Amino acid sequence: MRYSGFRVIKEALTGHKGWTPAWREPEPKPAYDVIIIGGGGHGLATAYYLAKEFGQKNIAVIEKGWIGGGNVGRNTTIIRSNYLLDGNEPFYEFSLKLWEGLEQDFNYNAMVSQRGILNLFHSDAQRDAFIRRGNAMILNGADADLLSTEQIKARYPFLNTDDARFPIKGGLAQHRGGTVRHDAVAWGYARGADQHGVDIIQNCEVTGFKIENGKCLGVETTKGFIGAGKVACAVAGSSSRLMSHAGMRLPMESHVLQAFVSEGLKPVLPGVITFGAGHFYVSQSDKGGLVFGGDIDGYNSYAQRGNLPVVEDVCEGGMAIFPAFGRARLLRMWGGIMDMSMDGSPIIDKTHIDGLLFNGGWCYGGFKATPASGFCYAHLIARDAPHPHASAYRFDRFEKGLMIDEKGMGNQPNLH
Amino acid sequence: MLINHPLLGPRDAAEFTYLGDASLIDRPDWQAPDAAQAFVEYGYMRDNPAGWHRELWFHEAGDRSWLVVTRNTLTHEISNVELARDVARARGRSK
Ligand SMILES: Cc1cc2nc3c(=O)[nH]c(=O)nc-3n(C[C@H](O)[C@H](O)[C@H](O)COP(=O)(O)OP(=O)(O)OC[C@H]3O[C@@H](n4cnc5c(N)ncnc54)[C@H](O)[C@@H]3O)c2cc1C
Repeated sequence: MRYSGFRVIKEALTGHKGWTPAWREPEPKPAYDVIIIGGGGHGLATAYYLAKEFGQKNIAVIEKGWIGGGNVGRNTTIIRSNYLLDGNEPFYEFSLKLWEGLEQDFNYNAMVSQRGILNLFHSDAQRDAFIRRGNAMILNGADADLLSTEQIKARYPFLNTDDARFPIKGGLAQHRGGTVRHDAVAWGYARGADQHGVDIIQNCEVTGFKIENGKCLGVETTKGFIGAGKVACAVAGSSSRLMSHAGMRLPMESHVLQAFVSEGLKPVLPGVITFGAGHFYVSQSDKGGLVFGGDIDGYNSYAQRGNLPVVEDVCEGGMAIFPAFGRARLLRMWGGIMDMSMDGSPIIDKTHIDGLLFNGGWCYGGFKATPASGFCYAHLIARDAPHPHASAYRFDRFEKGLMIDEKGMGNQPNLH
Repeated sequence: MLINHPLLGPRDAAEFTYLGDASLIDRPDWQAPDAAQAFVEYGYMRDNPAGWHRELWFHEAGDRSWLVVTRNTLTHEISNVELARDVARARGRSK
């Protein structure tokens, strides 16, 4: 069924009896050409592009819980392409371009809102770094706009630009950045994939791989063995757990990141703002809640909940830059498990096992990557060669010294 | 989280910084023939288990000792805390 304005009117006039489920709930077949493990944003996008753009048929997505229950439904919904390094920026700009056409492409309202993102800076050194980043963005075809203190004041009159401790010296804006309704991304890709014949199998956990003579032949699941020509993993925070079944150790640690939403307020905050003197970022959802977050907790965790010191730290950051928000009550907070890689950048690559592919290491920034990750992973699966925009995301970059370390932190996942 | 420091008793985890898997104590021999590969494993590859994990914490805002904390990554429960110095010495490191 195609969604459209006419459809809504027609259904409104006929008692809403014509709507059908957005996707089927099939039982697994004995075998597929491609099995994608993980029904998060990346897994579903991969299935969608595999079927739609790369002409593959006979695909299944296997999800241990319900689709969208992982990080794709837990993140703070920010999309942007303001990266510095060559390995990253073309990829994230490709992703932003895909976001721009996504809703028409998969015929679903994902509430892509290019309300802009503004990274504030508070020192001369930070300004220099942001100018450099902005230039790198422009060189890669993205948009970047260095705003003066006056321009920021005009846009955000409530910001205190000459605070004694953290004066706002300016900001780097990406006007095409913004937010997207995260669950709708999972649902839109799921519906689009299903319409192209992909089987989405929920409540089915992959518990092992069948590997013979260096080739992966399928997966063991809680619904039995399912054969596959290719098995493509995309399980984000569970990456190390899953790949350990194939005897692999990964260059990553799993960490918890928390997010926070305030009670609903009238419109107070256009766009996304990040505070450069602490780690704090905030946007206002269409429902009115302030959606914000900051640092990861910083220790290995699979608990999907964090601890109070980080709550305090994030709220302190918020109070430093938006004292008025201190009057808003916190409504909800939660945690998600991040696949923090050793250089802060992801991996989209084959493994040493024939027919077993891997996508992961997205850290706290994989939501914005969802369309490009799906597209490039589908390219790798279907064509057996990396997509040009994802060619740096290889496993062997660590032994070759080709790290993509945006923040220059070294092999310390909790610092990226 | 509270970390039961062997010398100081229970301390708030916020006083500590976190380094990672306690296997980092076992630095490979740089003169071994397979040193390059061993250092890739040491520097970049991690078990990253869901469950019990032995890990290095530094008491930065305290007595600045390194600890080996055995902690469950699924529940954040801590079962054992040792001085990293003792652990390293028991393994023949640091004469
Ligand atoms: C609090 C928070 C805030 C964030 N904010 C942002 C942001 O503002 N911008 C941004 O770009 N990114 C952000 N991120 C990061 C982003 O959400 C993730 O990088 C991205 O969603 C990960 O990819 P995914 O959607 O495929 O993961 P997930 O949705 O986690 O998908 C993985 C799926 O795999 C399933 N799975 C795991 N193991 C198995 C198994 N054995 N068998 C079958 N299925 C399995 C899981 O159940 C899960 O559904 C944030 C993350 C968090 C937690």
